[in-house]
Amino acid sequence: MKKSRFRPSHIYLAVVMLLIYLPLVLVIVYSFNESKISSVWAGFSLKWYKELFSDKDLFKALWNSIVLGAASSCAAAVIGTLGAVGFTRVKTRTKGVMEYLSMLPMMTPEIILAMVFMAFFSLLGLPFGMTTLILAHTAFCVPYLYMLVRARLIGMDPSLAEAARDLGAGEARVFFDITLPLIAPAIASGMLLSFAMSFDDVIISLFVTGVGVNTLPIKVYTALKTGVTPEINALCTLMLAAAALLVVISSVLGRRKGGGTR
Amino acid sequence: MKQRKSLWLLLAPMYVFTLLFVAGPLIYMFVLSFETRAETWGVIHEFTLDNYKNIFQPVYLQTFAESFRLALTSTALIVLIGYPFGYFMAKLSEAWKKRLMLLLMIPFWTNSLIRLYGWIIIFRANGTLDKILMGLGLTDAPLKLLYTYPAVVVGMVYALLQFMILAVFSSCEKMDWSLVDAARDLGASPAKAFLTVTLKLTMPGLLSGVILTFIPSMGLFFIADILGGNKVVLVGSLIQDQLMKAHNQPFAAALAVVLMLLTTAMIALYKRVTHSDELEGVL
Repeated sequence: MKKSRFRPSHIYLAVVMLLIYLPLVLVIVYSFNESKISSVWAGFSLKWYKELFSDKDLFKALWNSIVLGAASSCAAAVIGTLGAVGFTRVKTRTKGVMEYLSMLPMMTPEIILAMVFMAFFSLLGLPFGMTTLILAHTAFCVPYLYMLVRARLIGMDPSLAEAARDLGAGEARVFFDITLPLIAPAIASGMLLSFAMSFDDVIISLFVTGVGVNTLPIKVYTALKTGVTPEINALCTLMLAAAALLVVISSVLGRRKGGGTR
Repeated sequence: MKQRKSLWLLLAPMYVFTLLFVAGPLIYMFVLSFETRAETWGVIHEFTLDNYKNIFQPVYLQTFAESFRLALTSTALIVLIGYPFGYFMAKLSEAWKKRLMLLLMIPFWTNSLIRLYGWIIIFRANGTLDKILMGLGLTDAPLKLLYTYPAVVVGMVYALLQFMILAVFSSCEKMDWSLVDAARDLGASPAKAFLTVTLKLTMPGLLSGVILTFIPSMGLFFIADILGGNKVVLVGSLIQDQLMKAHNQPFAAALAVVLMLLTTAMIALYKRVTHSDELEGVL
């Protein structure tokens, strides 16, 4: 390990980091502003938090976002994990095509995904709302789960599963007793990442949501376009705190099990 | 053969889901782009090339050009800011690397709208920036930067910078630094060693970062929306308008196909140049 002596480059890192955090700090500071106009500081107040907690619409949106994030990361976990495990065992000529196809949502600009999902769902005649949101979000979460689990599987010692099989364990038993515990950290960090992605998504959600079904980002987007009250600052501050908590949890998870996201 | 069958069951969800909800919509987009728009609402299944011809109207070509210019400007700035950051970060001690990574991840996981909102506070008339500049006596009237082109560029750079940093960082981490030492021992100046060794070896990270920032910056219409008012129109905004306001699905599909081809071409070029299968630093 290199000694961490002070170098001029550290100033650069610090300055860029400060610039990255400046907008976030401002959002937090102004959430405690008494005045409604954010360019004027009128003293410390918690009234926007009070207002936030009495806003039922907002809580509905928050709940929707949580349900959506949880449902799509769970669905993606099942699809991605089984897919990654399956592809390590089955040799098939369609593997390359399939991998490419399922990774596509990660490589495609969100606006295109939004467009194709909207058009396709209306072709199928699916009612726009939670169902379409979950389907679309699952599609862009699968690549993360698949890639993380696959990376973990590649690093795994195949002799463990073979030994279990030699000792007479069935496929299901091998999967649940050997493979699953070993890839669990990768699944966990993939799901966290998926949840964060889903929780953050504006573009796709805007296109595939139905009348009256708002997610938190949609709500914030509308507020930013029409006119902002410091209530949004308060909401943003809470979301920021939640994000920070998630990052810390995932880094602790990653450290303990020595794997997952880099 | 019973065993093989049960293994196929593992793959079933992925095959069904991907074919139905990834391949299906994309194929439909392609088909849709050749169909005719109905008079009022919906689509008539009649083959036409009009949607593609439509793109060549000056208004739309200009949108593509403008969008391209914005993406290029933002990407260039992101390279200038992000490359040194990733590079310097890789030279820190392990403990500091971890700390910095954590600090980078928090904004990354934060809703992008929140981060944009911070810039509204900074840029708006009499906002933070105006106050600082006027306080220092550098300007004497509000700059009114919100809803201008520079504001959108800043928003883009800010929203996408992390991708570049992470890509370059992961590339620098994998690099064998002893090669740089060797070049220096053999008499290369620091600048020459950087250009001939470091830059070359971290090229996959840099290019991957360019792709990860350039592609989204054509489509992130909400940044242009919120920081640019209606003044900056991206390809993404155009697609959104055609879909949500003009209800012209086929034209929106044609625009999306063109954007998709551009994207695919860039990724293919990347794979060709770097001989690698995956983008550096994606996860």
